[in-house]
Amino acid sequence: MEKKIIGKAYVLGDNIDTDQIIPAEHLVYSTSDPEELKKYGHFALSSVPIEKAGLPEGGKPFIQGDDYHSEYSIVIGGSNFGCGSSREHAPLALQVAGVKVVIAESYARIFYRNSVDGGFVIPYECQSKVNDKIRTGDVIEVDVDKNEITNHENGSVYKLNPLGDVFQIVEAGGLFEYARTTGMI
Amino acid sequence: MGMTITEKILAKAARRENVKAGDNLWIDVDVLMTHDVCGPPTIAIWKKEFGEKAKIWDKEKLVIFPDHYIFTKNPHANRNVDILRQFANDYDIKNYYDVGTERYKGVCHIALAEEGYDVPGTVLFGTDSHTCTSGAFGMFATGVGNTDAAFILGTGKIWEKIPESMKFTFNGKMPNYLTAKDLILQILGDIGTDGATYRAMEFDGESIFSLSMFERMTLTNMAIEAGGMNGIIAVDEATKKYLSEIGITDYKIFESDSDAKYHSTYKYDVSKIEPLVAKPHSPDNRDTVRNVQGTKLTKCYIGSCTGGKITDFRYAAGLLFGKQVKVTTFIVPASTAIAKQLEEETISGVSLKDIFEKSGCIIAESSCAACLGGPSDTIGRSVDGDVVISTTNRNFPGRMGSKKSQVYLASPLTVAASAITGKITDPREFL
Repeated sequence: MEKKIIGKAYVLGDNIDTDQIIPAEHLVYSTSDPEELKKYGHFALSSVPIEKAGLPEGGKPFIQGDDYHSEYSIVIGGSNFGCGSSREHAPLALQVAGVKVVIAESYARIFYRNSVDGGFVIPYECQSKVNDKIRTGDVIEVDVDKNEITNHENGSVYKLNPLGDVFQIVEAGGLFEYARTTGMI
Repeated sequence: MGMTITEKILAKAARRENVKAGDNLWIDVDVLMTHDVCGPPTIAIWKKEFGEKAKIWDKEKLVIFPDHYIFTKNPHANRNVDILRQFANDYDIKNYYDVGTERYKGVCHIALAEEGYDVPGTVLFGTDSHTCTSGAFGMFATGVGNTDAAFILGTGKIWEKIPESMKFTFNGKMPNYLTAKDLILQILGDIGTDGATYRAMEFDGESIFSLSMFERMTLTNMAIEAGGMNGIIAVDEATKKYLSEIGITDYKIFESDSDAKYHSTYKYDVSKIEPLVAKPHSPDNRDTVRNVQGTKLTKCYIGSCTGGKITDFRYAAGLLFGKQVKVTTFIVPASTAIAKQLEEETISGVSLKDIFEKSGCIIAESSCAACLGGPSDTIGRSVDGDVVISTTNRNFPGRMGSKKSQVYLASPLTVAASAITGKITDPREFL
């Protein structure tokens, strides 16, 4: 597990549902074929209304052109991130697009579980609202040991909630890896 | 300290005397359900992680309903059904309900109830967020992703955080213009789409127990729209009757203790609730039908696990009888059994199916269809700037297809009344 993650932030609002993260029409692609998998990256966050894509200005698509990889590796959300469907394709799509960490005030349960158990992205809760303080494109450093993030643009530091009971699963890299390390499977 | 019904069921599944909210525990799963969208990736993860020794923990407890993308020419979607068929064949899965056969059922959450997988006191996990629907049968049911499902498939176990419970009590006799959909939209407007995150939503009160099983399923179905882990309604005579009619008599009934601890409690008098809608683009964007009355529509949609049950069609047919729809209106029975019931049930000697056809509705085959948009050839899918009123569960941007469309969620009565006028209409105008 990386202890320091540095990347450009992509900032979103509240209630980013899984239909916005990966629209249902794209759920037909194979998740195990490496070429088809790229489609998930390509369509990641493609249903976020364009005026709300990449805050505060908006109008910034997460993925450029035909690419399947985003220049942003840290997604900053508000409350209830990942609400809606149980589709694990949502954190998968973010991972394929290159996202390593999501930082939001709160998460919907299934998205949170999927992120942790599938080992796709680390879902951190921030202790205070940050999607109105960080701007899309800001370089952010996530310090896993200190449970904090630093905005390299201005040096601001924000506290994250410790991952708690799920830390072991995140550290192992997912539910199966965790179960193997504990001898459960 | 007493326990809630949810805590009691999860205590049993965790093989413990007591549990308390916040405990992270490994629990035994009674039934695992999957479908064509999440089944193939679940199977792929299971094969990859368990490798050569991959074994299904209990074949009898695995249920597979292809239901999402069925009537489409999309080759990738059809490939997913092929993968399920091959898997069912390779591993001899008895509870597989194949497309194009007599066994095809339609939408999983309704088929689970019809086929007798919803059993009080048991624990059901499904790769679909609306798995919470089954909680109408006094059981614990919730949605998970593919990795969790693959883990269950191999072990029969999963970790779960014991949820706090919220209690919603409805009292009073249900007026003829209200349905369960209005009650859940009322709650969603009050607590928001994250108002019950990681919590159990328990529904109680005389109004709830006056509802049919299918109407109760509308309430538990939309628990996820408030972020709820599960929705649950205790067993009563109506539950027992439904179950005995499909041959299920052996189950354990759990009830909340009078001193059980709740996160919060809400009380409603149904006589004070009006027909409601959720305006674009969120299920908690509640308003009264009266306030948005007159909004011009381009499509009406009655279908899905939420609003495509026989009870929903009875409500709609009652209003549409002898009338013509003014906008394109889709009737999508959730299950093939319901589609058959539409042919058999009558109002004044006319079958529900004939009522819909004579009023100008388009009747589609049973599946999830346009509730979640789906492939571009999905019937009823929203296009361009469609303005839709629908009995489905979500109106997120792009959910029913077009990102530019506007979707209002409402009861089958409100959708039927609106179909007749071509604009959002309070059903009381026709009752």
